[in-house]
Amino acid sequence: MLEQPLPYSTKLPVALPSRQVRVWRERIIAGILFLAAISSVVTTLVIIYILFAETVIFFEKVMEIHQESLFEALVEFFTSTDWSPLIEPISIGILPLLSGTFTTCFVASCVAIPLGTIAAIYLSEFAPAKARELLKPILEILAGIPTVVYGYFALLVVTPFLQKIILGVQQFFSPGKEPWEYYELPGFNMLGAGIVVGLMVLPYVTSLTEDALQAVPVQLREGSYAMGATRLQTAIKVLMPAAASGIVAAYILGLSRAIGETMIVSVAAGLQPKFTFNPLEGASTTTAFIVSVSLGDLPHGSLEYQSIFAAGIMLFFATLILNVAGYFFSRRYREVY
Amino acid sequence: MVKPTDSVVATENEPLKKMAQVRNLNFYYSGKLALKNINLPVYEKKVTALIGPSGCGKTTLLRSFNRMHDLYPGNRYEGEIWLGDENPRNLLQMDPIEVRMQIGMVFQKPNPFPKSIYENIAYGLRVRGINNRAILDEVVERSLRSAALWDEVKDRLKEPGTALSGGQQQRLCIARALATDPAIILFDEPTSALDPIATVSIENLIVELKDQVTILIVTHNMQQAIRISQFTAFMYLGEIVEYNDTMSIFTKPVEQKTADYVSGRFG
Ligand SMILES: Nc1ncnc2c1ncn2[C@@H]1O[C@H](COP(=O)(O)OP(=O)(O)OP(=O)(O)O)[C@@H](O)[C@H]1O
Ligand SMILES: [Mg+2]
Repeated sequence: MLEQPLPYSTKLPVALPSRQVRVWRERIIAGILFLAAISSVVTTLVIIYILFAETVIFFEKVMEIHQESLFEALVEFFTSTDWSPLIEPISIGILPLLSGTFTTCFVASCVAIPLGTIAAIYLSEFAPAKARELLKPILEILAGIPTVVYGYFALLVVTPFLQKIILGVQQFFSPGKEPWEYYELPGFNMLGAGIVVGLMVLPYVTSLTEDALQAVPVQLREGSYAMGATRLQTAIKVLMPAAASGIVAAYILGLSRAIGETMIVSVAAGLQPKFTFNPLEGASTTTAFIVSVSLGDLPHGSLEYQSIFAAGIMLFFATLILNVAGYFFSRRYREVY
Repeated sequence: MVKPTDSVVATENEPLKKMAQVRNLNFYYSGKLALKNINLPVYEKKVTALIGPSGCGKTTLLRSFNRMHDLYPGNRYEGEIWLGDENPRNLLQMDPIEVRMQIGMVFQKPNPFPKSIYENIAYGLRVRGINNRAILDEVVERSLRSAALWDEVKDRLKEPGTALSGGQQQRLCIARALATDPAIILFDEPTSALDPIATVSIENLIVELKDQVTILIVTHNMQQAIRISQFTAFMYLGEIVEYNDTMSIFTKPVEQKTADYVSGRFG
């Protein structure tokens, strides 16, 4: 009764296109997939090329204006504490921008690393499954908030709050002065901006640290509990050392995001380049400078136009180094087990 | 079925003292019964072996002794496990951490912590708040000697424990368990991840250790049970089918199931 040939029988190749057509179709599909895969690589290479080319032109112009050698221009770039490529007399010291970036990132790290580590330990080792299911998506939502919203949060909520605290502390220790005699935190400051950048990268740091803790083999965890250790002892004495390279990678990748962060610092830290490491002052970071300059109508090819590439290449190197380091560390912790 | 009784034959002339006694223990993994009405004595300074086919509940029973099941939600015990001879306490009613401080465990796969050899041994003392260097030094040396590892590692105590060979790592884990002077050490197939030579050295070690500590060991290897244990419990489908001194279990088993298993007819 089952006399019908099966559909894949070798006697019935009727529905299949000819071999030639099939081969070509495969080739075209492979080609399209290859193009899609290669496009991001090509884009990256083009960006790097443009960064380098425009930076070279920037230095050529500076050499011409200042009548100096490339070496002198580079020395000025890395040692001068004055960054004013837009205003005469032109000065191209990158340090003020780097100090702004460094200070905000330092404040951000002081927020994100301890809080992120504690939150990750809680999520990974203490939270009941229900709480983790609830908190993980919330972290992901936090990571999805547009950063400009964080920027206004810094400017309109965190800074006024800090101003009140700083005033309150002063009034506590030396009461009875007139209000204007007390120090007042400027409206644009790196402290508020840095704290909020820290909050912005907190979800990344938490989530990556939690992943690193979760990757520790269960035998190590149980080995520690079997010795009579508590959850906290297990987390601190066994899991953190075991996951060390993954945790360092989490910190580094968080820091790399903090360095590249633009909107928060543009809105809340001020746009004036200033060589200072004092978080109570306002100063422009590298990213904020690029944004503020780009906002004006820059004539293509002007020195101002080129200056943002010179600043950009510094950012590029900073984040590149951090990402490579982060990649290296996270690779290592995978190999250990 | 032979009920494991409290008056098991003493193999030597000295009186036997009980280190632990399981009474009417049932255990559930999220509602699923895995141990049925377990009764088992564990005699002091003897090696008690748990044998049986895969999935019969040996690991589950072993891990009840140090309350490892409490680490995961949904697990439930019924019954009692009495610890101690004079003033026995039901360890299922105790704080799990307090239980684990008195009952050590050595796992199937060696699991040294990512710390130095020294700190691996010192770990148990440190979690008890003992940080006195002189005490730690003394305990580290004594434990490593007991675990027959001292001569091999005494010059490199600062090196990571993970840098040792598999057999050395397992002896390190035994030393780690010995360091806190536990009442019982639980072994879950401690040689199944090791080569034959390392296996022999661990077996010899267990034979020596029974003079200082009570041992409960799960093993798949019946030769191993014969070589190192004085008492054996044969488990099947979550129950103890037969418990007796090791010689009797292997030479004149009472139950047909036991006879089939020890003669290699199934399992
Ligand atoms: N975490 C768990 N959750 C649910 N069921 C489990 C769990 N662990 C073990 N079981 C079940 O409990 C029973 C006993 O398992 P157990 O690991 O104690 O067996 P075993 O005798 O140690 O076997 P093996 O010789 O293979 O190690 C098995 O049916 C197993 O499937
Ligand atoms: Mg098992």
